[in-house]
Amino acid sequence: MSDGAPALEVVDLRVEVDYGAREDIVDEISLQVVAGEVLGLVGESGSGKTTVGLAILGHTRRGARIARGEVRIEGRDILALPPLERQRLRGRLVSYVPQDPASALSPAMRIGRQLEEALTEHGFGASDAERQARIVEVLGEVLLPTDATFLRRYPHQLSGGQQQRVALAMAFANRPRVIVLDEPTTGLDVTTQAHVLETVRELCAAHGVAAVYVSHDLAVVATLASRVAVMYSGRLAEVGPTGTLFRLAAHPYTRRLVEAIPELSGKHALVGIPGTAPRPGHRPTGCFFAPRCPYMEMSCTVAPPELETIAAEHEVRCFRYADVLRDAVAARPMATPRAEIEVEDALVSVLGVDASYGARQVLYDVELVIRPRECLALVGESGSGKTTLARCIAGLHATYTGAIAYQGRPLLAGSRARDADTRREIQYVFQSPYNSLNPRKTIRQIVGQPVRVFFDVGGADVRGRVTEALERVQLSRTVLDRYPHQLSGGERQRAAIARALIAEPQLLVCDEVTSALDVSVQAAIIDVLAELQRELDIGLLFVTHNLALIRTLSQEVAVMSQGRIVERGLVDDVLDNPSAEYTRKLLSDTPSLEAALAASG
Amino acid sequence: MSEIAVAEPVAVDLEARPGRPWRLLFSTAWAQHRTKIGLGITLLIVGVAFIGPFLAPYEPDQGVEGQFPFAPPSSETWFGTDDLGRDVLSRFLAGGVSVLVLAGLSTAFGIVLGVAVGLTAAYSRGTLDDLLMRSMDVLLSLPQIVFALVLAATVGPELWLLVLAVGVTTMPRAARVTRGAAVEVVEKDYVRAAEAIGLPRRRILFSEVLPNISSPLIVETTLRLTFNVAVVAGLSFLGFGLQPPAADWGLMINENRNGLTIQPWPVVLPVLAIALLTIGTSLIGDGISRAAIGIERGRSGRG
Repeated sequence: MSDGAPALEVVDLRVEVDYGAREDIVDEISLQVVAGEVLGLVGESGSGKTTVGLAILGHTRRGARIARGEVRIEGRDILALPPLERQRLRGRLVSYVPQDPASALSPAMRIGRQLEEALTEHGFGASDAERQARIVEVLGEVLLPTDATFLRRYPHQLSGGQQQRVALAMAFANRPRVIVLDEPTTGLDVTTQAHVLETVRELCAAHGVAAVYVSHDLAVVATLASRVAVMYSGRLAEVGPTGTLFRLAAHPYTRRLVEAIPELSGKHALVGIPGTAPRPGHRPTGCFFAPRCPYMEMSCTVAPPELETIAAEHEVRCFRYADVLRDAVAARPMATPRAEIEVEDALVSVLGVDASYGARQVLYDVELVIRPRECLALVGESGSGKTTLARCIAGLHATYTGAIAYQGRPLLAGSRARDADTRREIQYVFQSPYNSLNPRKTIRQIVGQPVRVFFDVGGADVRGRVTEALERVQLSRTVLDRYPHQLSGGERQRAAIARALIAEPQLLVCDEVTSALDVSVQAAIIDVLAELQRELDIGLLFVTHNLALIRTLSQEVAVMSQGRIVERGLVDDVLDNPSAEYTRKLLSDTPSLEAALAASG
Repeated sequence: MSEIAVAEPVAVDLEARPGRPWRLLFSTAWAQHRTKIGLGITLLIVGVAFIGPFLAPYEPDQGVEGQFPFAPPSSETWFGTDDLGRDVLSRFLAGGVSVLVLAGLSTAFGIVLGVAVGLTAAYSRGTLDDLLMRSMDVLLSLPQIVFALVLAATVGPELWLLVLAVGVTTMPRAARVTRGAAVEVVEKDYVRAAEAIGLPRRRILFSEVLPNISSPLIVETTLRLTFNVAVVAGLSFLGFGLQPPAADWGLMINENRNGLTIQPWPVVLPVLAIALLTIGTSLIGDGISRAAIGIERGRSGRG
């Protein structure tokens, strides 16, 4: 796929903040993508990948500006064009698919009208009939219905997957040469995601479109892209063919990133990357990754390394790539075997539970058993009812029928109806740490609150317990007097887990606790949870949509779909020999690095 | 609410300015010129009102010997005399306390009631919410001045009645702002977390919800204070505040409006003071509002 001149060429691009010290957000970005090729642009949040994605359209976010560089599309530098002309090219020569399709489509306009507008705006076709034909054609290409009733729908009448397909159709409508996709499948279910990815790949190959796929999800990129560019703190860390990069990465950061990716087999340990990436204006002299790098030596802190070509199509920004490559065989640490469980009496048993939100029923006759000291994974797509079930158990959702028993006693619906001991023994960790910590309180106050409610102890004792809980989740004492907004996402989630632990629970309900976090942080949080479960003998209900996460952590798994449990059993049995059709489908649709690498040979 | 929405936020770099939420809010507000000017004006007028009575050269409620009514400014009476031959400067200096104290008390009264109603409504939702907010709407439909007039006409011109009337008409506005800000906060997971550990409702409202809506509430308080200064002055102009011969800015305007063409000072001085005070407090409110929105943007930008 690498023959011919590149359809997209980015040369030495620099984007900086448009105020104060003019710090660069990204710099020294050079990329080539040939027609029909998909380049994966990966990095963690704040790495500058979206900034680069937007710059390819000659655009920046407010407060930023393109300071230097060229973006050549079929040989023409679009940054040199006057703004108005550049604007006219967007959507025609180069187009964009955003993360959230709901924000790309006008809620007040019918689908057909929006597509038509996208075409007329760029003067596509000579007549209305020609444009209508193109609309029907492009909708067919993204596998959407093409009849008049569909064209008359409004965006809110479509599912998330359909909306994203409409956004894709709009992006492909004018037959662009280059397309930038900014995490377009983040909000979608794995099944829908698999379909959308397939469509993107086929369209790019069939129409010779050069695509840049911006994502933090390496497993997705591995399935889709033929080449990958890894970004770290506003620089390209490594660029290379997908297979090489994920098997034999030459940059320590890429290595660590790959080790942080959860895998369905669960063979290897998930390893997080300690520390956080430096922000613009706080970057070290020398290599930006040096403070977190296991290969760091004195020379790394003196001057930043250059991007070096070390093999055909393989570039890396590291002084010590040779040493990194030599360690290839040592490879990844194996997973710590998880604790075996004995069949014991149930800690929580759920029997025939139906629950609804208003008139809509979301749980149908659910049955579930959580054993003491075990981790039960509750897996399902969004809307499957898994969070509702978790909330029923935790007392946050009080309108259900059926029985939930805790240690043999019936569990009353709603936390207000329960006694203090029960409330203490069942603790809940919320999905988003950006939402679950009161921004007006310090970490000390937040984590200390359950102590004051549940235990009759004095101030010194509260302090002791708070520091102890923070140590358990590997948070340093320095965060005590900070406010949540001064912490990173991973630190916030650790604080939220500490708040749950401090109540000395028997059961910890974790609702998608890593879905708002970067992969390297996710790995560290999973590690913390696994250790807690081993050392504190607490039961864990781990709610997730990511099948790849559960093997490292859970003994048993329950798979939910449309409000029902479709399969229950030991993790190894269910993942290796799924009996339910739905589980099989979920397994095959889950993007996996192993499968992608196996397929690429 | 519309007064809040128009404010342009200031850019806040939370990275550079971490720390306690309150200090951050006030230092960001202080960094703007409008806040400094507003605070300067407000302090000037408040200073005049509270220190003034001690500086008055004459007894404010007694005529100056040898001076006619509506005498023009002279070396003895710098701003002349009023309709009864009393020193204008002395009456002006002594007449501010009542306006400020009455406006302050009624605002505080109204805000406290309004916050209580708004918080309860936002947290309860359902029937209680409807009941409370619809009765607020009913109160809101009564014009402030007319409501006070009706009360005063039935009970008589009592000062506590004036505070009550202005306070009660302040309440629905405060309640709406409180509820509007709180409905978002009560849906946050940290409120769920507090419920899950069984924190009493009262504590959830005061320690989890209230601190997170404090910025709009401070803005609303300054706004209501601005309004109430004008309303209180208006009511005493109409004769429902302090009674003659006491010195009071509203009363002064009423007593001397007939002589406006020959001796404008007894009208101009109090009008100027009231105008400056309302401008000052609304500038402060504006500054805080911009700071609050800026901080909010900075914070959510990192999420």
